[in-house]
Amino acid sequence: MPKKTLQEFSVESIQILDENGKIDTTLLSQTDQISEKTLKSFYESMVLIRAIDEKALNLQRTGRMGTYASIQGQEAIQVGCAAALQPSDWCFPAFRATGLSVLRGTPIKVIYQYWSGDERGSEMQDGQHDFPISIPVGTHIPHAVGAAWGAKYKKDPIAVLTTFGDGATSKGDFHEGMNFAGVFKLPVVFVCQNNQWAISVPFSRQTAAKTIAQKAIAYGFEGIQVDGNDVLGIYTVTKNALEKARRGEGPTLIECLTYRLNDHTTADDASRYRTEEEVAIWQKKDPVLRLKTLIEKEYEWSESVDEALHAEVDRRVAEAVDAFEAIEPLNPLGMFDMLFETLSPELHDQRKKFTQRLGKLNKEESK
Amino acid sequence: MSKLSLIQAVNQALYHEMDRDPDMILLGEDIGLDGGVFRATDGLIQKFGEDRVVDTPLSESGIVGTAIGLAAYGLRPVAEIQFMGFLYGAMEQLISHAARIRSRSRGRYTCPLVVRTPYGGGIHAPELHSESTEAFFIHTPGLKVVVPSTPAEAKGLLLSAIRDPDPVIFLEPSKIYRAIKEEVPDGEHLIPLGEARVVAEGEDVSLITWGAMLHPSLEAAGKMAEKGVRAEVIDLRTLSPMDTGTIIQSVKKTGRAVIIHEAARTCGLGAEIAAVICEKALLSLEAPVLRVTGYDTPVPLPKTEKYYFPDCDQIIEAVEEVVQF
Repeated sequence: MPKKTLQEFSVESIQILDENGKIDTTLLSQTDQISEKTLKSFYESMVLIRAIDEKALNLQRTGRMGTYASIQGQEAIQVGCAAALQPSDWCFPAFRATGLSVLRGTPIKVIYQYWSGDERGSEMQDGQHDFPISIPVGTHIPHAVGAAWGAKYKKDPIAVLTTFGDGATSKGDFHEGMNFAGVFKLPVVFVCQNNQWAISVPFSRQTAAKTIAQKAIAYGFEGIQVDGNDVLGIYTVTKNALEKARRGEGPTLIECLTYRLNDHTTADDASRYRTEEEVAIWQKKDPVLRLKTLIEKEYEWSESVDEALHAEVDRRVAEAVDAFEAIEPLNPLGMFDMLFETLSPELHDQRKKFTQRLGKLNKEESK
Repeated sequence: MSKLSLIQAVNQALYHEMDRDPDMILLGEDIGLDGGVFRATDGLIQKFGEDRVVDTPLSESGIVGTAIGLAAYGLRPVAEIQFMGFLYGAMEQLISHAARIRSRSRGRYTCPLVVRTPYGGGIHAPELHSESTEAFFIHTPGLKVVVPSTPAEAKGLLLSAIRDPDPVIFLEPSKIYRAIKEEVPDGEHLIPLGEARVVAEGEDVSLITWGAMLHPSLEAAGKMAEKGVRAEVIDLRTLSPMDTGTIIQSVKKTGRAVIIHEAARTCGLGAEIAAVICEKALLSLEAPVLRVTGYDTPVPLPKTEKYYFPDCDQIIEAVEEVVQF
């Protein structure tokens, strides 16, 4: 037989909650039932992380914080992933992950601290198994794979999750990480937040492939696309993938198809390269609104309850801003003290000279 | 002549050369409709079209790697890497390939490639957006490294870099992208690579620097002049190949040298310059050669980044130390 088909593949796309807040009951029935309490907690988390994001933009605009990468439009992914993860799992986020970080345990004030240019904003809480967000695009993906390798080696019953954008799938690190994960059958879940724009470069310039999900096929494991604005779909697919990983059945790539509603960062102006019409289409697909529609319909979520939630969220965020603004100034000596376990004689000498200079600078400043 | 900022001068140089040479193309991330995150390529896609101003997939190694192939094929690619900290993903392409293709192919293939990237700190940017690791590239045989210090310099040096037959890393100090405006010649304006510039003449001490650090060095020289110390200020412009002749001539005259760079101290270019001075002008020295540099640490995030970069007072202290030695 000189010519034969060796492999064929298909890629599935999942949507449980559509943009009108309607549920696909067949798909939902195939999953663990999601309780009323869980659904409401998803909504509460989404409202919270959007408010944190809004405040971050406000802090940047008023000069109290530096450049910031907004997560608006991508809340469902971050809530769905955080809910599917266990505290013992490890997480390796890219830089558009404010919601995921907060839901994994980073205090809100620490998020603001990081984006205000304070190194202490990268510190994790005790028991929080997360890496600081990666600023270089996609280079953290192999780290997630390595941690998953470590867990497999030590026979720890955990999984590792990493998030990244569509731009990252153009980097070698993404492919190299995926390949290792496939070869060593590692407990890792790759979550692509495909928001369709890498700053100004559209998805069509990142790949000629129809989906990101299908890239997993080339590395010998399953890839699946899910509506990135559907928290139920994301939660279900991610939970399944994490459980599969913990059972030792290898990695999964999940492509969450979503949209970045804001500029790339506060240093960007998206009106230079995309139309208002396109943004408006995606505003209608807002992940927060569609979940609200569902709980209003199914669980009598009233306007007054909603207002109470927003008031409580606003109070929490305001409290976090107060806490952020009360943080002690950063000691610049940290640049030496955090570099090695033991300072070399040369660095010790540089530190000493810097301390003298700092004393002089502080004296001048207080004049 | 028109009064331009450094970023406008870069834009003008790119425009001029694209217009002159149909084989020149630009490739990088966000250089098309967005005009580059610093707007270096603003308006170029409208003028030259998307076949010559190409937004690529997000891959620094891909950008530099394909640019090597484009250059070897006979085009003149000018790649933009968004920030120097993101150039690290392309190190293998630069070190193992761009720098070696001429020697490996015994001159059959060459690599007339320019990689432009904003470099240096002081712009309150996030992590890895404040890098000044020029020494990595200077330490790579086969690469040229150029750093402009003013708008007119940027235009003249960039045009020469693009026309150079070998790979050039062109580092644009982002701190002074918009801080200074000066008259920049219209049309052709070429500054040869490999020649330093004596910005201020003096007899007592040589200040050797480049890029954004030229400006605090000039400020320090001005303040020292008030105290009767005449400093000569040298802007190296091309870091590799380095114009050692101008350095040695100056140090033989002044007998004292202070090197100023914002990069980390250890194995920064300052170390090489000090070694060259020891080799070629030791007997002219009246004092040890001093360096005013960044620390051997990562550049801090914006809250405390100001402490990292050399300032005018540190330069004055070093000058006083060598003068009083």
